[in-house]
Amino acid sequence: MTTATGRHIPDRLTSPASRALKSWEALLLIVAIAIFIVNSMASPYFLDPWNLSDASFNFTEKAMIAFAMAMLVISGEIDLSVGSIMALTSTVMGAAMTAGAGTPTLVALGLGTGLLCGAFNGLLVARFGLPSIVVTIGTMSLFRGISYIVLGDGAYTGYPAGFAWFGQGYVWWVITVELVIFALAALAFGILLHRTNFGRMVYAIGNNATAARFSGIRVDRIRFILFLLTGLMSGIAAICLTSRLGSTRPSIASGFELEVVTIVVLGGVSILGGSGSIIGVVLAALVMGLVTFGLGLLNVPGIVMSIIVGALLIAVIALPRLWSMLSRK
Amino acid sequence: MSILKSREAILALAILALLAVIASRFPAFVSPANLARVLTDTSPLILLALGQMAVILTKCIDLSVAANLALCGMIAALMNGAGVPLPMILLAVVLLGAMLGAVNGLLVWKLGIPSIVVTLGTMTIYRGTIFLLTNGAWINAHQMSAGFKDFPRTVIAGLPVMTWIALAIIGLVAILMGRTPLGRAFYAVGGNAHAAVYTGISVGRTQFAAFVLAGALAGLTGYLWVARYAVAYVDIAGGFELDVVAACVIGGIAIAGGSGSVAGCVMGALFLGIIKNALPVVGISPFWQMAISGAAILIAIAFNATSQRAPGRIILKQAEHRT
Repeated sequence: MTTATGRHIPDRLTSPASRALKSWEALLLIVAIAIFIVNSMASPYFLDPWNLSDASFNFTEKAMIAFAMAMLVISGEIDLSVGSIMALTSTVMGAAMTAGAGTPTLVALGLGTGLLCGAFNGLLVARFGLPSIVVTIGTMSLFRGISYIVLGDGAYTGYPAGFAWFGQGYVWWVITVELVIFALAALAFGILLHRTNFGRMVYAIGNNATAARFSGIRVDRIRFILFLLTGLMSGIAAICLTSRLGSTRPSIASGFELEVVTIVVLGGVSILGGSGSIIGVVLAALVMGLVTFGLGLLNVPGIVMSIIVGALLIAVIALPRLWSMLSRK
Repeated sequence: MSILKSREAILALAILALLAVIASRFPAFVSPANLARVLTDTSPLILLALGQMAVILTKCIDLSVAANLALCGMIAALMNGAGVPLPMILLAVVLLGAMLGAVNGLLVWKLGIPSIVVTLGTMTIYRGTIFLLTNGAWINAHQMSAGFKDFPRTVIAGLPVMTWIALAIIGLVAILMGRTPLGRAFYAVGGNAHAAVYTGISVGRTQFAAFVLAGALAGLTGYLWVARYAVAYVDIAGGFELDVVAACVIGGIAIAGGSGSVAGCVMGALFLGIIKNALPVVGISPFWQMAISGAAILIAIAFNATSQRAPGRIILKQAEHRT
């Protein structure tokens, strides 16, 4: 019945349990645990709770954006301007701070700027039907460019003491504020993507936007909202990063887009749209955080880590494809 | 075809208008000698944009060109330090650039990974490799031989060698695009991949060829860049890939593939080059450059989209009337 070219039809469906075990997320979990064990053996400083808490900064800010980016990628779009949105948001907050704004105003401005930038991207993509890759390459240049116009080679420093809470504060023991924001964002986006109509519509658009349109989904409106969410999360990440660094330079958060996209892809989200899960993104963020922290303990310089991130991005997509090519032969 | 022609005419008019505005305040800017300087200064952008054009025509994008340029430039400087003669260096950088492009091309062709993901990854890998090679050290002017530095700047018939190289490559790419099967294949693959397959064109192989071309040009530009500015380090041409994409988009190369011309591409690069050179003359901080090219990209794609949007077929005519 099954010839060399025909599709193999199984006698029965695989059980949900074995499917879950073979899933990408299970693999990620195993990888995360393996890295955890290797790291704790490689360095005596790894298992210290305070060190681990410090290390969480490696991924919390990027992961916040990655949740929104995952939904955007699932819907078949991409936003390469997230790092630049952060730079512009940070610059706006810096300018307001110099004008004497307090912490609540700074946070409001941060969220507002992120939303505005997201709305701008969303308007160009959803309203005017322009391809998101080029639009966000353009805004990547534009948003950071505005920061350069405002700041030049200068910097904003001297944020108010209360503002430091977001990036440097602790909620309880070693649990940082950023870690809590990360967990809340994971929960919120998990529910939004997996438990609401909105989430189902995002998958539908990613699988076939035309079919989604004909089944009554307001495709453009949802795309717009997704860009808005990505802008908002970039704004929140910018608040955290600015508060943690305590200063703003126009080069702040450069290269974030690469790491955010890597986390999303590593998390098993199909770059072509239509599939992926938030739990995968959470695990991918943990893996990335653990890898960079472990390498940091081994004194590997940042640029070498970026090679590893780049290679990881390609390998994660290439290996499954190589595997299926080889197994087909 | 008439739309294509008019788009290039509009771009040419925009460049002339830009020059006129600058000339009204600073007549010296449009003197032939200064325009030649602008052309020379824009040569690297033109070279990379031509390679990027081939890639974009096939519906891909190459974000690794600037990193490729930086890596090849560094290798050229290292080879020069080891006493390798200049012709060998030139050959080596072109081959190395082509190889780096081939890596992108193979991943896109054989594994079918979206080009944006591949080149986002190789961008950091190539740039990181420079760090691995040099440990972050700079190679400065005094560590380079005079012949190595002077070659791009040698003036022949009024223009430096670098400009002549750019002009020659423009000519070669124009012939490649218009007069060879490969050039037409670039357009065919991007215009309609299915139709291309039925006419016997391998889509993947054509995309691979485009990446190799873009890589080879980036490698060559790497040497020219390092020799002209007489310095090589990890971050040279950082973010330049955005300018390259901007030049293509402004030049009317459709990001959806299959349409665009060499003339448009070169004019797109010149448009950015003129702005970049005019900013200090007009007294605007060079920090404006980045935002201006971003705005130029957005205006250009909005403009291109309105002139080439395919009208959707109305299936439910009655429903359409009612709304």
